[in-house]
Amino acid sequence: MTAIRNSHSFPRMTTAAPITLQHAPRPEICLQLVSNPAYLCGVRELIGLFCKRVGFPEAHASRIVLAVDEALANVMTHGYDRRLDGQIEVSLFKDIDAATGIFGSLRIIIEDDGKQTDPAIIKSRDLDDIRPGGLGVHIIKEVMDSVKYEQREPRGMRLTMCKHLPEETALPASEPSCCGVSPTNSCSPAPALRPFDPQRGEQGGTQPIM
Amino acid sequence: MADKGPLQMKFELRDGAVILSPEGEVGYHEAPALRIALREALDRKPSRLVVNLAGVAYMATPGLATLIEALQISKRTQIPLVLCGLTDRVRAIFEIARLPSVFKIVADLPAATA
Repeated sequence: MTAIRNSHSFPRMTTAAPITLQHAPRPEICLQLVSNPAYLCGVRELIGLFCKRVGFPEAHASRIVLAVDEALANVMTHGYDRRLDGQIEVSLFKDIDAATGIFGSLRIIIEDDGKQTDPAIIKSRDLDDIRPGGLGVHIIKEVMDSVKYEQREPRGMRLTMCKHLPEETALPASEPSCCGVSPTNSCSPAPALRPFDPQRGEQGGTQPIM
Repeated sequence: MADKGPLQMKFELRDGAVILSPEGEVGYHEAPALRIALREALDRKPSRLVVNLAGVAYMATPGLATLIEALQISKRTQIPLVLCGLTDRVRAIFEIARLPSVFKIVADLPAATA
């Protein structure tokens, strides 16, 4: 595990995968917001557009949006007790299938500095018990292919969730899809960027954003 | 990014029934407005409360929670609650939460007021 520090106070631990090249070393998008629910609509719009841009069909994209929205609402409600000034970071990674070089999975990490909860007790409730509330975790686990809660040091929580791209829509990593974009505005392959420099990150430098 | 503004509510009285038509997105931020509107609608003691969701582009679990709460009140007060006009996106969250069988859901407003 490698500690990476972003441009602010969120140290992130990148977990070594069985095939390390599968995990993108840095996020495609890294969004910081305060724990004010008034901004959730903007996050939803961004996540939805991003998901469609990288190739998820509309139905999948809207469900991913729902999972992220639920996760952020949980942070605001439980992590920050409805305070409006808590810090939240949402990072979106395009993980590549190392064997094929194809974009295979969207990894979303949500980190906060709020109250910690034992990950073992974060569970969805019995759906037969029809009552208001408590559905968010169920939605997240139902929508995403993998969900992992961790406690951050010295405080806060980290939620890592992944959604695999449906096979029929998988595209080469260098050829993002252009959902809803006219041919004249079609996507260009991402420009080659210098490799991620952990030292620069440790010193608090910003990451280039495509 | 354009500010979509708050959730808009439309009330209509029709033959003793109240038709509540929220328009916009019902997430964590907007759900309290829907909750207030549902309470106001039920306080009028209509013969039926119809919630027309045709104008709701997005709903998250706080929106579901307010509807479940309204359903519980409607059962206590014996005011039938009918949902209609669910878009595919909104219907999807009802299905993920396994709620379609809990509510009376019909296709559209004419079916809800028939």
